[in-house]
Amino acid sequence: MIPAPFDYQRASSVDEAIELLRQHGEDAKLLAGGHSLLPLMKLRLAQPSVLVDIGRIADLSYVSETPADGRVLRIGALTRHHDLATSELVREQVPLLAHVASRIGDPQVRHRGTIGGSVVHGDPASDLPAALLALRATLVVRGPAGERSIPADEFFTGFLETAIAPDEVLTEIRVPAVPGVGWAFEKFNRRAQDWAIVGVAAVMTDGAGGPGVGLVNMGPQPMRAAGVEEALRAGASLGEAAARADEGTDPPTDLNGSAEYRRHLARVLVRRALETASG
Amino acid sequence: MSILGTRVVRVEDPRLLTGGGTYTADVRDPRLEGALHATFVRSAVAHGALRGVDVDEARRMPGVVDVVVGAEVDLPPVPGTVNRAMARPYLAVDRVRFVGEPVAVVLTERPEQGPDAAELVVVDVDPLPPVVGTDAALADETLLFPEVGTNLVAEAGAPDGATAPDGPAGCEVVVRQRMVNQRLAACPLEVRSSAAAWDGGRLVVWCSTQNAHGVHDALVRAYGLDPADVRVIAPDVGGGFGAKIGAHPEDLVLPWLARRVGRPVRWVETRTENMTAMVHGRAQVHEVTIGGRRDGTIEAYHLDIVQDAGAYPAMGAYLPRLTQAMAAGTYAVDRVTSRSRVVVTTTTPVASYRGAGRPEATAAIERAVDLFAAEVGLDPAEVRRRNLVPRFDEPHTTAAGATYDTGDYPAALERALAAAGYEELRAEQARRREAGDPIALGIGVSTYVEVTTGPYAGSEVGWVEVRPGGDAGVEVVVGTGASPHGQGLATALAMLVSHHTGLPHDAVRVVHGDTDLVAGGTGTFGSRSLQLGGSAVRGAAVEVVEQARRLAAEQLEAAADDVVLDPATGRFHVAGTPAVGRTWAEVLAAAGVPALRAEHTFTATQPTYPFGAHVAVVEVDTETGDVRLRRLVACDDAGRIVNPLLAEGQRHGGLAQGVAQALYEQVVFDDDGNPLTATFADYAVVSAAELPSFELVDMETPTFVNPLGAKGIGESGTIGSTPAVHNAVCDALAHLGVRHVDMPCTPERVWRAIRDATR
Ligand SMILES: Cc1cc2nc3c(=O)[nH]c(=O)nc-3n(C[C@H](O)[C@H](O)[C@H](O)COP(=O)(O)OP(=O)(O)OC[C@H]3O[C@@H](n4cnc5c(N)ncnc54)[C@H](O)[C@@H]3O)c2cc1C
Repeated sequence: MIPAPFDYQRASSVDEAIELLRQHGEDAKLLAGGHSLLPLMKLRLAQPSVLVDIGRIADLSYVSETPADGRVLRIGALTRHHDLATSELVREQVPLLAHVASRIGDPQVRHRGTIGGSVVHGDPASDLPAALLALRATLVVRGPAGERSIPADEFFTGFLETAIAPDEVLTEIRVPAVPGVGWAFEKFNRRAQDWAIVGVAAVMTDGAGGPGVGLVNMGPQPMRAAGVEEALRAGASLGEAAARADEGTDPPTDLNGSAEYRRHLARVLVRRALETASG
Repeated sequence: MSILGTRVVRVEDPRLLTGGGTYTADVRDPRLEGALHATFVRSAVAHGALRGVDVDEARRMPGVVDVVVGAEVDLPPVPGTVNRAMARPYLAVDRVRFVGEPVAVVLTERPEQGPDAAELVVVDVDPLPPVVGTDAALADETLLFPEVGTNLVAEAGAPDGATAPDGPAGCEVVVRQRMVNQRLAACPLEVRSSAAAWDGGRLVVWCSTQNAHGVHDALVRAYGLDPADVRVIAPDVGGGFGAKIGAHPEDLVLPWLARRVGRPVRWVETRTENMTAMVHGRAQVHEVTIGGRRDGTIEAYHLDIVQDAGAYPAMGAYLPRLTQAMAAGTYAVDRVTSRSRVVVTTTTPVASYRGAGRPEATAAIERAVDLFAAEVGLDPAEVRRRNLVPRFDEPHTTAAGATYDTGDYPAALERALAAAGYEELRAEQARRREAGDPIALGIGVSTYVEVTTGPYAGSEVGWVEVRPGGDAGVEVVVGTGASPHGQGLATALAMLVSHHTGLPHDAVRVVHGDTDLVAGGTGTFGSRSLQLGGSAVRGAAVEVVEQARRLAAEQLEAAADDVVLDPATGRFHVAGTPAVGRTWAEVLAAAGVPALRAEHTFTATQPTYPFGAHVAVVEVDTETGDVRLRRLVACDDAGRIVNPLLAEGQRHGGLAQGVAQALYEQVVFDDDGNPLTATFADYAVVSAAELPSFELVDMETPTFVNPLGAKGIGESGTIGSTPAVHNAVCDALAHLGVRHVDMPCTPERVWRAIRDATR
């Protein structure tokens, strides 16, 4: 459980981090909370030769409302799961997100892991990405060429792959505020601190896209339950919509469950989530 | 009032909880100065011919002092348990037999340099077909030891017990079931660790073990040394659960490495090494056949066992004998037969894990009794009532051949049922079923009896020394041949000594786990430490008191027989005249002796048989298969209890691990023999969050086997809770037509069982 040798650099600002990434190229990796990256390094599944630690950039840890338009919550990429879970602002404006953060791993993980790390890691088994998909969040990244915004829908591109470039830093997550809107999170796991075997994040937004439903661990990447959302937009009953939960998914088979079982779970859990969210 | 039977808090805890513990990796000792760090290179292939190991590149890595391959180690291989021909080399020589088997070892100046160099060792293996699972092993198509001619390690018992006309086959009602008692990992929080140094001609080894003397003897055998020239020290040990009873090859080869390089060598494994290369437990496949009458009388029972011993027969090869000895459980069944076959497979070797062979016996018969009850349409508690051995105070010999010391199984069952509110639970279950509640309620009952210290009568040594010093004027040092590693034995021994000497328990210091300080101990396992080690220390304390009493009598100018020790004050005086007396300190000072000391070996006449009954309540989400344990009521009778707090601690831990087997834990290999549960992310160790507050019911039926009247409590919780929870899950699904689900009752298994039964 000793990682391969690596160099360690600490960045004190986003610009410095971008510069260090530019210098070291493909061999460098950003280090935030370390709770996804370090386990992989200890198992020697990841062997970056340089770690650029952004964990102490204080001004990337915040939750605030867009000054001009209170309808969007801005969350700094280094905001820890615990801070997200306990933020009054998040609990009022996007209660789904606060709740999902509170269900991640154990207290130690929640005090170290960051929302940015969770998003950029792009693990389909992670909880926050599914919630951000359901909430139709936007990811703000900055690189040598400046800043760009990527909708969550376009961000997760494959297994542990995202649309961020190796020399970019995720700085902010923008989440439309949904105070008072029904929501639910169904995390199905065996033990309290476990990852989800299957998870479902649902928020009953009306307006443009209609209700949002995100799925955890139902394919190579975090994904939305497109069939369910479509059915709901078309006015289907909750049960009818839930029956389409596994549409377009490609769930894994592993020790915790077969693909067939995960498909079944997705249908049950989506139905429960929709019932709770509209209850 | 005696201190015995009171809730004295653990004297060990302040030090351990404040980070004051010294585990093997923490040991700082002049003899270990300049120690090299060993990193083992392990086979990544389950089975294959070892063509060669190229260490050239690794040798050139920074900090590498030496790299050793198997052929260089000129120690005789360790004979297989039960079947000596299936011997195990320290490092694989011409064949690898499981993923994780050590193939080479790298010695480096600093610990972190080891893995970098180890990565560069090239292990050339010609793969052979893996042998995974007992069926594959029994087929004997691929042999692990071609020279032996079979994968069968040992066979015992009655092969045709299930079909014999006087067995279950001849009964009015016959029920059969195949079930898997799955392989488990012990998961001690402290992984394995050892350090070896040659001190002149003497070998000193520090080892994270449950049995320093066992490691001592293994080293003496391996190196052909005079026993006096080997010292083994077990410092603080962070859990063992049976897996650290014996010495592993990695522990035993360190002195050889140290001699080769002329420097001390130390080793700490990683968690993944621990999960793949430390011995596993359980791993039996059962076929039960139970027969009886429609009225619920059980008449005959046959247990067929196939034990997966892993790649090299270790203690695992012996487990079925314990299972067979305990096959009859708590029941008065006249005809009990069993048969066992032990096989080798290309997987991690198997040895003891909390209960070792007995939980398997209980799991088998307790499931069988429930299946039988379902078949005859009677309540499982009622079937148990009709078939339990009645209370006995004289030894009772079962049809399986074990001689139980004392027991009252019906009383344990009734107490557990009453505490659980069994009738009301059944009524609630009926209401829920009636209402079609998708959350099904399951109620599981188990009764158990197990053999501790056994299967043979055990023995242990202890000494007590009273010398001047400390707040009380004297201090007491106690030595025990037991090797506690978290159980709180030092607290219990201090209480026993306090009770007999009248000195405060916190004036007692207990030393253990050092073969130079205690000659000839046996260690801590099999729930043996208090009943044997405690009886030995008690014997020594009584002898020391007797020495002091004789001295006090001289000093008081009285006849020895007239002088008594007041246990409340620790003063000796003439009976009837307490005003004139002598304290321990005064006795020692007046006698001019530096200390009083006695050593005592206690040998039991037979093992003891703790017993009990558990009731588990589960809720099963029938849509997802999710099982939640809601209640666990445990009536455990381990004879006289020296300290209820310690006993409850043992029960809590045991219950947790028993529940874990029923619901969560399982070591898994894929078809190629690759371990899939090599980290804590994949192996589902149970945590407090999954467990309800345990409901403990006390019961004390003393044994005549030792002067304490105590039986062992270390394994009871594990043994009783697994079948109670397992039965509860199956019970929850009974109305849906499900008969049996194998352990662990994972959500997917439960969901499939429901789906298959209802479609
Ligand atoms: C025991 C355990 C249990 C867990 N359980 C859960 C669970 O139940 N649910 C769950 O969702 N998660 C779980 N996690 C994961 C946890 O949430 C991680 O913290 C999270 O996935 C990664 O965040 P981090 O800050 O630790 O990222 P790091 O590990 O530091 O980084 C992860 C990756 O993201 C990159 N990165 C990090 N920050 C940025 C940034 N700002 N810009 C660009 N790239 C960046 C890194 O280079 C790296 O590639 C668990 C982790 C552990 C160890």
